Amino acid sequence: MASRAPQTSLRDPNTADVEFSSRRALVQLASFADKLFIWIARGGGIVTLSIMVAVGLFLGLRAQTAFGSQGWNFLTETAWTPENGKFGIAAVLFGTVTIALIALTVSVPLALGTSLLISELLPERIRGFAISLVDLMAAVPSVIFGLWGVFFLQANIIPISLWVSQTFSWIPFLAVTDKSGNPLTDPSAFTSSAVIAGVVVGLMVVPTQTSVMREAFSQTPLGEKEGALALGSTRWGMIRAVVLPFGRGGIIGGTMLGLGRALGETIAVYMIISPIFEINPQILKSGTNSVSALIALRYGEASDTGLSALMAAGLVLFLITLVINFSASSIVARSRSGADSN
Amino acid sequence: MAKSTHPIVGRTFLPTLTDAPAAISTRRKLRGLRLDDVFDIVGALASSWSLTWLLFGWLTGMQSSVAFVVVNFVLFLVAYGVITSLKNRREEIKDRIIAVLLASAGTILISALLFVVIYTLGRGQLALGHLNFFTQSMEQAGPLDPLTVGGIIHAVVGTLIQITIALAITIPLGITTAVFLNEVGGKFAKFVRTIADAMTALPSIVAGLFVLSAFIRTGIVPRSGFAASLAITVMMLPIVIRASDVVLRLVANNLREASLALGASKWRTVWHIVLPTARSGLVTAVILGTARGIGETSPVLLTSGISAVMNFNPFAGPMISLPLQVFDFVKSPEPTMIARGFGTAATLLVLVLILFVLARTFGGKAPGNLSKSAQRAVHRQSLADEARIEAAMASSGSVSSPRSSATTNSTASKSSAAPTKRNQKK
Repeated sequence: MASRAPQTSLRDPNTADVEFSSRRALVQLASFADKLFIWIARGGGIVTLSIMVAVGLFLGLRAQTAFGSQGWNFLTETAWTPENGKFGIAAVLFGTVTIALIALTVSVPLALGTSLLISELLPERIRGFAISLVDLMAAVPSVIFGLWGVFFLQANIIPISLWVSQTFSWIPFLAVTDKSGNPLTDPSAFTSSAVIAGVVVGLMVVPTQTSVMREAFSQTPLGEKEGALALGSTRWGMIRAVVLPFGRGGIIGGTMLGLGRALGETIAVYMIISPIFEINPQILKSGTNSVSALIALRYGEASDTGLSALMAAGLVLFLITLVINFSASSIVARSRSGADSN
Repeated sequence: MAKSTHPIVGRTFLPTLTDAPAAISTRRKLRGLRLDDVFDIVGALASSWSLTWLLFGWLTGMQSSVAFVVVNFVLFLVAYGVITSLKNRREEIKDRIIAVLLASAGTILISALLFVVIYTLGRGQLALGHLNFFTQSMEQAGPLDPLTVGGIIHAVVGTLIQITIALAITIPLGITTAVFLNEVGGKFAKFVRTIADAMTALPSIVAGLFVLSAFIRTGIVPRSGFAASLAITVMMLPIVIRASDVVLRLVANNLREASLALGASKWRTVWHIVLPTARSGLVTAVILGTARGIGETSPVLLTSGISAVMNFNPFAGPMISLPLQVFDFVKSPEPTMIARGFGTAATLLVLVLILFVLARTFGGKAPGNLSKSAQRAVHRQSLADEARIEAAMASSGSVSSPRSSATTNSTASKSSAAPTKRNQKK
């Protein structure tokens, strides 16, 4: 090699380069303290994992009895009488979904508007304060929202419900009628309805949705925003052309995370609704139900079969929120480029 | 410049300082409202309000105050659109209307929050005015007793005991797991992270149901405060893990690499670099998790149950918590019980507010950004390190270098928070 002229040359890939030793294996030899640390950390992970797997497995195993006795009827039966061996979650699941959808209709416009306002319109100095306020709202306990719903909102929303049910009675789910189809006008027919519960739950999930959406909007590349403005776009034009497309994953993901929380909300719903075990498609009419309210209602009187039935209902609810949460977080993660590049 | 005071053409010249300020006009305002915009809004407000008032008072017989607000809002949007269309093009009209809509969404949300808080605090006044509310339990008080008898001390104690036990499990386990996810890594860690993420979806009532049927019905643990703590732990653990995981991920990798390159072992890197850097974020994660845990009602309802007496023993007998006490009070139709319910809710709310303010004061800073006192502590530490190293060098017989800026810098970067070096120099 020494005889070679001092010039750079491309190595011929065909000639074996014996001078180069093979790549050294970089084996990490952890010290005793490091091994101990790694095992303690891993131990923490294992304990956490086992707790969570235990919850899942236990729910699944105990629910088996109920699923076994009811089969697919569990999903189509509306009555809940485990003592007679006949129960299903059709009615409660319908109520849960109704309340969650009403909550979304309330929360999504509010969350979308607020997150755009915070990320695009508010001046820098107020922004941090507004974010803190929204975060604070997320920390307010649900029992307090429930209290507000029962003692304030209910009384004030009934006249509106009454008016809506009379004006839009041609829309099936907005009408309020008795069994034979005559419209009801008595205010007591409008208390404890799915709408009241939905509005309260909606307010509770706005902060979750707002923070996810705001996070997504704030990651819009500044250059493209300025580019849009420099081309003469108005602020709304810029938002529509740049911010909203970039934040689409955040909007969808935030909405779904909110949906997951709305489905699992217990105590506020339980305080507001009057539980029934039939499918009530008239959302303004008194009486609805939800899976978590059902559990809170029946846990005390439950026999072993009853408890297993409640477990099965809880498991179905958990699986639904699980699927929703996972798809939400995968949508959010996919829309956020470079998040995993660490 | 046409108005230039120097008539000479074809020559460059230095401006004399005296006339320079006169030549520069005042800076144009690029942001904020112009007077025109203010007038647009005021005009739209005035016209829409008057029109609504006419509609409601004179032309039709509508009464509801909510309808008044809604009609007023819609009319305001129309009026504002018409007024802006006098001088602007379509795109700008759209922009203005959307800005109003976004601002309304924010206003509705913030006022709803303030209203919930103020309503609770306001209606809580009635019960909070009596000192016995914080010194007595409900043991002696029946539903018909006045507010001068009975209080919620048993619920306060219950909440504190339950959350303490839950935190005693959650903090070590949650942060160890988060450290495992970030600092050890590997396929197994990814799996644990997935499962922990999945468990954030667990509805709190299902956590309660799990403890009820796995521990209470099987006779392992009786219905007690401890059982409630277990349910709260199952609910809080994934929240704390996820939040701490995010915080630890934000610690800059070059800090870890610098520490390892200086020869620190893995656990020293975690203990002296990663955890101190992320401290404020971890505190925030734990406090916000605590705020969620304190407010949970349904797990406690299922696992501990309602009681009116003081119970200091978490392992036997029902132990009520603040949110559950609210729930129990307002089930009664008696006005005094409802007043007590609001008083309890106000207490709970104040507790959560305090926790929230604590979280914002202690934490909420990006990793590596230290407060003034923490910066001073780091500075003292690096001076001490320098003295120690110099002493060691002197005793080992090598020539002690004079105190130079190079030494100070190199020791400072060895100390636990390298990014603060820049801050110290300020």
